[in-house]
Amino acid sequence: MTTDREQDRLLHERFDPVLLEPVPARLHLQRPAWIGYARAAAVLAAGVAIGLALPRPWPGTPEAPLAAAGAQALPARAARAHLVYAMEVRHPVEVDAAQQEHLVAWLSKRLGTKLKVPVLAEEGFELLGGRLLPGPDGPVAQFMYQEAAGRRLTLYVSAKSKDEGQTAFRYAQEGAVSVFYWIDGNWGYALSGEIDRPALSRISTSVYRQLNP
Amino acid sequence: MDYEQVLPYIPNLRRYARALVGDRDSADDLVQDTLERAVRKFHLWRPGDLRAWLFSIMHNVFVNQLKARRISPTEEVDENLAAPGNPVSSTDLRDIERALAKLPAEQREVLLLVGLEEMSYEQVSRALGVPMGTVMSRVSRARDKLRRHLDGEPERANLKVVQ
Repeated sequence: MTTDREQDRLLHERFDPVLLEPVPARLHLQRPAWIGYARAAAVLAAGVAIGLALPRPWPGTPEAPLAAAGAQALPARAARAHLVYAMEVRHPVEVDAAQQEHLVAWLSKRLGTKLKVPVLAEEGFELLGGRLLPGPDGPVAQFMYQEAAGRRLTLYVSAKSKDEGQTAFRYAQEGAVSVFYWIDGNWGYALSGEIDRPALSRISTSVYRQLNP
Repeated sequence: MDYEQVLPYIPNLRRYARALVGDRDSADDLVQDTLERAVRKFHLWRPGDLRAWLFSIMHNVFVNQLKARRISPTEEVDENLAAPGNPVSSTDLRDIERALAKLPAEQREVLLLVGLEEMSYEQVSRALGVPMGTVMSRVSRARDKLRRHLDGEPERANLKVVQ
């Protein structure tokens, strides 16, 4: 007789693969018409003054939390680290991807958590390697990815500081660097790149899914 | 509320929709309609269980779609089509799909929210806007039907559950 547990197992076996399918473009932020409309609607609904709705790249996006949190905030630190190392030609990483196992073991040991390195090949990015960085609350790990065209992405993994709460995905713009960041448990994650927001958003979703299977 | 907060839930919404409506395109239509509606209604969302909120939107969109096709969500599939005399020898993944498709939509919804999405009865009750007792009886009926189908037992269409 098929028990409830077996039914659930069958359901998961049959339908869980959908979770790993790439999300089709039509479900992403690539439809400026309705997203634009939605964001405009959100701005109006929030009763934001007309002055704030003047053309900006993404009107209506709450960026205030970043400004409030200041230079020590996760996205600001991640963006600075990105700027410093992503431009490095000869030494972008401390340990390169050829020694990935060692890299992950080493950074996991220093951060005191089991780190996972997302695979971004489907998004066109290969792991270059990683490095250890100082952070306000202990060591920080930075993983760097590179696209065939040469653009680079960095994933910054840092212990959550005391005054940071949990957040879902947030977006911040630090100069030319776009950052998606989130705080999950005791860890903050930030994906930075000089990449347009919809693309970075898509890649961030993939990173998030891989870190939270 | 930011659209990015919704992104992590898209794969779950897609999985649920696929199990609910079957084919990939219709399922993604359902997800797309849900996301568009969620974006329009962002201002109504209050910090809380975002997942439950999204699934409740999907439920409403789904019910509207059924209405548009003039299918009642409580309409029973003709059980005689279930080929009762043809027992399933081994349970494979096609069987679970077939068995699901034979459930009335309202039973399929609760079963998937509980079995696949692993929501509590209370969360399902909030997401679908139906009393918890109703959720529990729908789950129990759905499980019973699913079990009989998977085990290859004939349907007992006139069986009444006395509570």
